Amino acid sequence: MEAGTQEMPAFMTNRDEDVTSDSWRQHRKHVFVLSEAGKPIYSRYGSEEALSSTMGVMMALVSFVQSGDNIIRSVYSELHTVVFLQKGPLVLVCVSNSRQSEEQLRGELLYVYYQIISMLTQASISRIFEHKKNYDLRRLLAGSEKILDGLLNLVDSDPSFLLTAIHCLPLASSLRDSLSQILQKAITPNLVFSILVAKNQLLTIVQEKTVIEDARLEPADVHLLLNLIGASSAFQAGEIWTPICLPLFNPDCYFYAYISYLDPPECTVCLLLLSTDKEAFYAVADCKRKIEEAMVAQNALSLIAKAHSYSVSQVGVSDLRHFMYKPFDVPDTYRQLTQFTSPEMEAPYSSEEEKMRLLDLYRYMHSRIHSSTRPLKLIYHVAERETLLAWVTSKFELYTCFSPLVTKACAITAITKLLRWIKKEEERLFIRYPPKYSTTPNPSKSSRGGKSDQQDSTENGFLTLL
Amino acid sequence: MVLLGSSGVGKSCLALRFGKDEFRSTSPTVGCAYLTRMVHLSDVNLRFEIWDTAGQEKYHSVTPLYYRGAHAAILVYDISKRETFLRAQVWLRELEKQVVPGSSVLWLVGNKGDLAEERQVSVQEGEELARDRGLYFSETSAMSGFQVSELLAAIALRVYECLGAQQEGLSEWRETPLVNLHHRDTFSSSAASCCRVGP
Ligand SMILES: Nc1nc2c(ncn2[C@@H]2O[C@H](COP(=O)(O)OP(=O)(O)OP(=O)(O)O)[C@@H](O)[C@H]2O)c(=O)[nH]1
Ligand SMILES: [Mg+2]
Repeated sequence: MEAGTQEMPAFMTNRDEDVTSDSWRQHRKHVFVLSEAGKPIYSRYGSEEALSSTMGVMMALVSFVQSGDNIIRSVYSELHTVVFLQKGPLVLVCVSNSRQSEEQLRGELLYVYYQIISMLTQASISRIFEHKKNYDLRRLLAGSEKILDGLLNLVDSDPSFLLTAIHCLPLASSLRDSLSQILQKAITPNLVFSILVAKNQLLTIVQEKTVIEDARLEPADVHLLLNLIGASSAFQAGEIWTPICLPLFNPDCYFYAYISYLDPPECTVCLLLLSTDKEAFYAVADCKRKIEEAMVAQNALSLIAKAHSYSVSQVGVSDLRHFMYKPFDVPDTYRQLTQFTSPEMEAPYSSEEEKMRLLDLYRYMHSRIHSSTRPLKLIYHVAERETLLAWVTSKFELYTCFSPLVTKACAITAITKLLRWIKKEEERLFIRYPPKYSTTPNPSKSSRGGKSDQQDSTENGFLTLL
Repeated sequence: MVLLGSSGVGKSCLALRFGKDEFRSTSPTVGCAYLTRMVHLSDVNLRFEIWDTAGQEKYHSVTPLYYRGAHAAILVYDISKRETFLRAQVWLRELEKQVVPGSSVLWLVGNKGDLAEERQVSVQEGEELARDRGLYFSETSAMSGFQVSELLAAIALRVYECLGAQQEGLSEWRETPLVNLHHRDTFSSSAASCCRVGP
């Protein structure tokens, strides 16, 4: 049984990379996952097999330090930072020359761990390794390398991950409200989240009342969901029905996700319905028909198609090139999703390299603000080609990027204007009060995804396959 | 109809061909994909609900959701990978436990027929397995389209006959003492398992 299924599908070009080449060594960020027994599970570049000796070395390092009751956390060299993260029976390692902080890199490893959990659940992984210490987890992750690759590319290029916040598509609040109402009306028992996404940004989300009272939906869970949608070929398939775990919501049980695009063949508007009932496919698919009909009746798709991100020039502050704003001032009773808003990256940040350079500057500012040893509230940073200002208060976290010649006084005035603009536009930029519905027949039993599901993951087929 | 088999054997590509007669390289299916297709037989239109399941092992625990109650189960393997042929036999054993004999059409499909030079499973082996276990058998290529529309039409016909036979079985049991074996006579010997239900 050990030999398992180890065909590497042809489209995974990363996997074919020669692990002895210079280009392999020069990647900005390597990520490896291995089991406690030292078995390779995943490598971002090059196949895990070709790398098994590298992973062996890492494992030796980890166990050596562990034996001294002293869990290894990171290793620094002139060019690289190596960060270790142990989660249950899995060891995750990042080798980076991106100059990010250890905390940030560890946060990214945590996303990788959570994405694995989202496919297998924490409970199954622990059980598998309890049964068999040297189990080859690649058997269960076969075919999912692409999902992890995609996640790591997003982590590098999308600041949502750095900020652990959701980016929603700016939309007239009247349109957003009517979309929410459409979702609110299309319900069936055990439906817990209805989510509408366009161009990889959130349009609206409706949450089940009693479920959300117990645990809130974390941005990271939404990121993982969106990454999964991106990686699945739902656009060809029509409708997808798949078990998925939301690790921060509950790492041990599955939801069942219905995924379908509403605008084939363009496939930009995606509907996601999460149920706790694995047999509910037809009932949930029926909700989609209702949603589709209502959207046609209200001409919603063409309105959504017109929605787009905004340009920083709309703010009307000269010298301001870009910003990221994450508010904290939403009443907690609403079980608000943490969100942020940010304009398109425009010239001079149009090329991929320049975008990455700006993101790296933001990451640097972020690491200073969130430094575990010496956190800062305000940083004014004059870089070579731009000037940045980051500011965190009890109400918001803000990162701004100005042209290099701006003075500190100017920047402060600009930020005052920016904050005023955001206040004026907030109805459009954010989902202010996430709507809810009630679908659980017996609320007292429905907490955290439902009891039946909890059981489900324990009698899940994996064990019989060992 | 449910499509079963190891990851990468071409289930989603077959499903795509069934519908649109085109070929695209696809990502591994997540969970299960649901599609509907109309098939025109000479005197009737059948609407197929197709469950294109994920071959990845992590999804196996949910697959029985889909084959329970299916009228047709298509077991797909890749003729250039013996292991997928063995895996198909595991699926077959599983199916035999779940499916009432004769209530469903079972079909063994050797896909990637275009990879003849890398063939690891001979046509005879496929045919033999199908004959021994009472399945229908085809070899296809989702890439070139070889035998794909023929396969769908043949499945549709068998399902239609199978449903017809069951209905007749029912009506006969309720009303008329007349035994009508007309449908069953048209089957080849290897096909007989399809419609064992009835009088
Ligand atoms: N040469 C050849 N390649 C094929 C054929 N059918 C599919 N493929 C290739 O095989 C790969 C996998 O095909 P899929 O249809 O996604 O496989 P699947 O069985 O749906 O896999 P899972 O969804 O993971 O269970 C694709 O990249 C196709 O290009 C075929 O008839 N001939
Ligand atoms: Mg598939």
